[in-house]
Amino acid sequence: MIQFDAVHKRFPNGTTAVHDLTLNMAEGGVTVLVGSSGCGKTTTLRMINRMVEPTSGTIRVGGKDVTRQDAAELRRSIGYVIQQAGLFPHRTVLDNIATVPLLLGHGRRKARARAAELLETVGLTAEAGKRYPHQLSGGQQQRVGVARALAADPPVLLMDEPFGAVDPVVRAQLQDELLRLQRELSKTIVFVTHDIDEAVRLGDRIAIFRTGGHLVQCASPTELLARPADDFVADFLGAERGLKLLSLKTLAAVPQGPAPEGGPWDLVLDAANKPLHWASGDAELPVRPLKDDDSLLSALNESIASPTGLIARVDADGVLTGVSSRDDIHQHAGQAHTEARVAA
Amino acid sequence: MTIDWSWIGDHTDDLATLTVSHLQAALSAVLLGVLISLPLAVVAHRVRPLRGFLLGISNVLFTIPSIAIFVLLLPVSGLTRTTTVIGLTVYTLVVLLRNTVEGLDSVPAKTKEAAKAMGTRPLRTLLTVELPLALPVIMAGVRIATVMSISLVSVATYIGDGGLGQLFTDGFQRDFPTPVVAGVVLTILLAVVADAALVAVQYVLTPWQRRRA
Repeated sequence: MIQFDAVHKRFPNGTTAVHDLTLNMAEGGVTVLVGSSGCGKTTTLRMINRMVEPTSGTIRVGGKDVTRQDAAELRRSIGYVIQQAGLFPHRTVLDNIATVPLLLGHGRRKARARAAELLETVGLTAEAGKRYPHQLSGGQQQRVGVARALAADPPVLLMDEPFGAVDPVVRAQLQDELLRLQRELSKTIVFVTHDIDEAVRLGDRIAIFRTGGHLVQCASPTELLARPADDFVADFLGAERGLKLLSLKTLAAVPQGPAPEGGPWDLVLDAANKPLHWASGDAELPVRPLKDDDSLLSALNESIASPTGLIARVDADGVLTGVSSRDDIHQHAGQAHTEARVAA
Repeated sequence: MTIDWSWIGDHTDDLATLTVSHLQAALSAVLLGVLISLPLAVVAHRVRPLRGFLLGISNVLFTIPSIAIFVLLLPVSGLTRTTTVIGLTVYTLVVLLRNTVEGLDSVPAKTKEAAKAMGTRPLRTLLTVELPLALPVIMAGVRIATVMSISLVSVATYIGDGGLGQLFTDGFQRDFPTPVVAGVVLTILLAVVADAALVAVQYVLTPWQRRRA
């Protein structure tokens, strides 16, 4: 969908921001560009909608060379979410979202109707549409930014550190929402971040850049974590990259058995067979039941926190289906790791 | 000093005519000033090397004594209202130009960038994003220019115009204070009302600024 072919960007001051970049971004996938600041990831993103012009090489979106199109029209056909939202302070939330449909000449009424629809899509109330951006929280502003980018239903979405300025809790919510939206909309998304955890969470493909604008490795999160191309990538992924890999694997394949009875700690259930807590005499410890689609990482974490080393497994309704042991989880984690590392 | 109320009662029509004429002169000058300073400010804002030059010229014009300006204009436009308005306009430029440039400077780079990235062309960005966001600073300039012009109109009495200023010469020549006092009071009243009207206009034009803290 988006093809970089031998793209080079040198700024007038002589710094090379992007060095000989050849990269394909698949249609309907999330490509995350990561790297420390000054590595050229944002410049790469901004060349797609010609906010920055390449020095040499070609960039094609949907097969068409971007430099041969009218810049303003090209930008209207590509959604763009900016750091800290970049909303228009003098327009209501609804009119902010309606920006691109209005530029495309859709008429005010139609553009606002579409904006109202999107308000709901990104989880905001109709009431919020009448407000001005400064009256919203940072997280809400970011949602408006996403809605504005989606308004003209562009096939491509560029996101430049969109969740960089919100607190970790809100960030996790926004990431979840983005994944949910993406399942519905299947846009081709290019996402820039310096946060490797965010990249692993959101990316179908992750492209790691090194200072000087060199692309070091572009691979799926699993491949990247299991087989980093070099020491730079391994360092960037951090010492816990083994654990990060486990965050991508689910608990489903780990065997489970009936909860043991008569040990020092019992798993206490309520009337509907939902786990309540671990109990030993008068002592109680909390239990965090896990579902099949929870990650191996959270299972490992829960098994360490559990007094018996067992984790409680539940179905979608929260009813106990069985327990899994620390050993089984550990063995599966090791297996998953080995498989990922030797896979071709 | 005693006020001759009966003189005021006898001259209400004259006073009203002079007030309207006074206001017309001041407002024409401000309007003309806005029309001239707006494009100049856009140029000064976009073309950095021209900024100092344009602001410098408006500063120099401001330092010319007001009577001198009217006298200098006499060979061009004679003893007419045109001379009054041109003279006053020259003075409004320094405030209007500077405030409009500062207003445009105050628009966050991020907002302009967003407009561009959404596919807004430069002229439309200027009209629908930059000028609205610069409006509070521009309006601050318009208010100063308006009050200043209202007070300056009287100087044009020397070239036979001057609106309410004519009451001052009339009063001085006859050693009769009532017209002078009436003129001063009406001038102040005019300035206060015009300023309040501009505040109201700004309130209507900038709904996003209400309810802010």
